Amino acid sequence: MDWFEFLFAVEVAVGGLLSGVMYALVAIGFVLIYKTSGVLNFAQGAMVLFAALTFVSLVEREVPFALALVVTLVIMGLLGLAIERTVLRPLANRSPMTLFMATLGLAWVIEGGAQLIWGTQVHALDLGISNAPFEIGGIYISNFDLVAAAIALALVIVLTSFFRFTRTGLSFRAVADDTFAAIAIGLRLNRIQAAVWTAAGVVALVAGLLWGARLGVQFSLSLVVLKALPVLVLGGFDSIAGAIVAGLLIGASEKLAEVYIGPFVGGGIEGWFAYVVALAVLLIRPQGLFGHKITERF
Amino acid sequence: MSDTILQFDDVSVRYSGSITALSGVSLTVRQGEIAALLGGNGAGKTTLLKAASNLLPAERGRITGGRITFRGEDVTRTSPDAHIRKGLVPVLEGRRLFRSLTIEENLVSGAIGAGLRSADIRRGLEEVYSFFPRLKERRQSRAGLTSGGEQQMAAIGRGLMARPQVFLLDEPSMGLAPLVVAEIFETLSRLNRETGLTILVAEQNSAVALKHAAHAVVIGNGRSTITGLAADLAQRDDIREAYLGGASAPA
Repeated sequence: MDWFEFLFAVEVAVGGLLSGVMYALVAIGFVLIYKTSGVLNFAQGAMVLFAALTFVSLVEREVPFALALVVTLVIMGLLGLAIERTVLRPLANRSPMTLFMATLGLAWVIEGGAQLIWGTQVHALDLGISNAPFEIGGIYISNFDLVAAAIALALVIVLTSFFRFTRTGLSFRAVADDTFAAIAIGLRLNRIQAAVWTAAGVVALVAGLLWGARLGVQFSLSLVVLKALPVLVLGGFDSIAGAIVAGLLIGASEKLAEVYIGPFVGGGIEGWFAYVVALAVLLIRPQGLFGHKITERF
Repeated sequence: MSDTILQFDDVSVRYSGSITALSGVSLTVRQGEIAALLGGNGAGKTTLLKAASNLLPAERGRITGGRITFRGEDVTRTSPDAHIRKGLVPVLEGRRLFRSLTIEENLVSGAIGAGLRSADIRRGLEEVYSFFPRLKERRQSRAGLTSGGEQQMAAIGRGLMARPQVFLLDEPSMGLAPLVVAEIFETLSRLNRETGLTILVAEQNSAVALKHAAHAVVIGNGRSTITGLAADLAQRDDIREAYLGGASAPA
């Protein structure tokens, strides 16, 4: 391999890592809810779509960018509160499968509702971030991907600090460890779940904007969750750190696979390579790289 | 004796509508005393304590007969978190610490559950560390990595952080060495004497519980069988043999 081939490989990997950050972003929305409610929130993709569609529709109606962002943020917060009140509270103490089915229904309601309110046409979303690549040491990096990764990273830092240093964050970690004990010592599960669903809504908003700017805002945006599933399997459903690392791994490996393995099988493997990785992980390490390690001594 | 603070009248409990866990259990806990709830495995001790904190709905159980009153109020009308803020605080069986949190975070969680302010939390930590100096040494350790005795102390400490008036303590001796059990019960007695904390403690280890308690109730198969002064019950060999498996005092 000569120097230019090496640079090319690095360029592919970097591009993959940057899109991996965006996979991680979607996956974190799942992890937050999985940790408190023990359920895979099937509606996460619908929330991504709903957030992006609301934002883009507001902007198209001449609402200033910053105001549209704030309004959408508030709407996502209210949506989180409404879900806690109308879905989670009545189903408290039911089995995880019941909750899972409820989120499945929720996904349809949110998706349908979003399109009922804002229509079904495709919207272009311009965040004002230039997509021109720039060069560092001989490799080209997409400016948009870099900014998107930086935004995702900032969000992760904010979320991590929130859960590390605030009372609500401590309560959240307590509930994730032992829900019954948390109720018994007086932690209010309702409030914590409302906070977590709101946080998941904020994550959905950021993911929706970044993915929406890339793919256009339309119904299929809710399918970006399909990219998050292999990330969750690889990283473990209950680990934020796992979601980040797995997002990076999946992002880089699918791009490298496309370039270096693709030609041997006729190409087009980027779309499903992540699932092959996920399948291999399930066979070897079903809890994922970082999933639920029991802190206990024997 | 002084006033009744917690009263169980003819209490029956069922889980999921079919399994009867308690039928007709009565018990009086007086302000400022230590009361012991004795009985073997599956006798219904844990169910009775959970019923008092209104925690049964979280496990799909409910009180089907009789009633439990805390300061004269029916406990089923109050949510678990409101009980804590009124001073009725459970310490669950098997410690149930938050394993991935540090000991100190576990303690702080108890105060958050009671809705206390930061200044109160700091004062509470100092108080808990003065009763359990060992917790201060381990404050930065993850709870899941500490010893059983330390975990039990932390579970009691987490309860203390909520500023309890009545402690519902479920089997603090479980799985612990006799010396550690003795130490924990000495501290509980001290808390009772120095802070006026009322304690209802469920135990299989009857000897140590009877040594520190004023009154005791023995339950078996979900019914209360014998009630009396702890000192009297401790003298009766038939209780030890029939219900408590002949356990003798460890210290």
